[in-house]
Amino acid sequence: MNAIPLSAVDLVLAAALLIVNGIISVVFGLRLERSLAIAAIRMVVQLAVVGYVLKFVLEQTSPVWTALVALVMVLVAGIELMQRQERRPRSWLAYGLGNATLLLAGGLATLYAATIVIGPSPWYAPRYVLPILGMVLGNTLTSISLALQTLNEGAERERSAIEARIALGATRLQAFSGLLRQSLRTATTPLLNSMAVAGVVTLPGMMAGQILAGADPSEAAKYQIMILFVLAGASGLGAFAAALGSVFLMTDARHRLRLDRLAGARRGANRNS
Amino acid sequence: MLRVDYLAVPGLPTLSFEVAAGECLAVEGPSGSGKTRMLRALADLDPAGGYVHLDGVERSEMRGPQWRRHVRYASAEPAWWAPTGVEHFPKSARLDRLLSALALDDGHLRRPIAELSTGERQRLGLIRALVDEPRVLLLDEPTSALDTTSAAMTEELIKYQLLAERIVLLVSHDVAQIERLAHARLQLAAATTFRRSEGAAA
Repeated sequence: MNAIPLSAVDLVLAAALLIVNGIISVVFGLRLERSLAIAAIRMVVQLAVVGYVLKFVLEQTSPVWTALVALVMVLVAGIELMQRQERRPRSWLAYGLGNATLLLAGGLATLYAATIVIGPSPWYAPRYVLPILGMVLGNTLTSISLALQTLNEGAERERSAIEARIALGATRLQAFSGLLRQSLRTATTPLLNSMAVAGVVTLPGMMAGQILAGADPSEAAKYQIMILFVLAGASGLGAFAAALGSVFLMTDARHRLRLDRLAGARRGANRNS
Repeated sequence: MLRVDYLAVPGLPTLSFEVAAGECLAVEGPSGSGKTRMLRALADLDPAGGYVHLDGVERSEMRGPQWRRHVRYASAEPAWWAPTGVEHFPKSARLDRLLSALALDDGHLRRPIAELSTGERQRLGLIRALVDEPRVLLLDEPTSALDTTSAAMTEELIKYQLLAERIVLLVSHDVAQIERLAHARLQLAAATTFRRSEGAAA
């Protein structure tokens, strides 16, 4: 039940395919050769390190090591999340919001999947917890990022409509209700798509990996179904918490719209008089 | 009564004044003198220091949304959050009365906002600000986009608000309109000086 181990030569052979991409870049003057090379080297180093770290952590089966690796994963995801935002609140609160929502959604979904659904022994077995956390974080990151993007850009675009509602006595959540709905809908789209095409157009990565590793395809399918449900819950929860948090960062306790708190936002234009 | 003490709008001199129930205070000044900024600060849409009391209650004693239900800012160019007018209003007999007071009807509510004329949008915006009967109306150039007839109707409606003991702050570049409506004037200067002159015609 084990995959054929890959040698260094095998990897070099695979890397030859990257050269094809590089040649295309040179021939058509895309000027991507450098970026491709850097990205490829980065990827090799990252995955090699992760491989060794995980090997070490998996051998320990220690709750401390598992928690430590999980924490690093959440922190890196949080930084990546905020890097993706064009307009983000200009404070450490933004990083706090990203990390908190990732930790909340990723942590809850992973714990639920690992302890209640799969139930390995011990419950913190890194072999189950860490891969699930990785997938959950990746997907939650995407949906949170989409939710925040939609919300923050929408707030900028529709600021006068939002302020009109606030001037009429709406609370911040009432004033943002339309945008909140829109941003959560946008955040859910990738998940809907990946569920729709799972197994038909694409073979999901985890399922493909398990089959390559020699698992029974129907067992692999069951795992994939489980993980898609977990991802659905995590990304929904994450997007909701992040969007709500973002509304609170863009407004103040008096329910005023405070877009001046968004970095990169235009200065509050002084209106006509 | 609306009482303003040491209102500190960023970039403006500190302002103190009072407007009694049923009175209209005209706010005058050249473009850029901060008329809109002052009205927005009174509605607590922008942070500003100082005290604003409405009938003895300071704005900080109420939640922001509650304050804005009493102290209503109406922009010269009202913004809309739904495609047609009807989604912006609670259905009520009062709404029908206000519509007919400004020569509008149900048809205007059902047409897409984008298809209405600027003047129709402005009148609809004023109605939106009036329909739940706030105590204080902060009207920012309420007739800037209106023809003479509609402007006259709007002035009648503002007078009616004053008869109902509401407080009106009016920003207008129409001197004659200020003469007709205002009980007092507040002059904002582009520079740091400002003065208040009493006794304009009611």
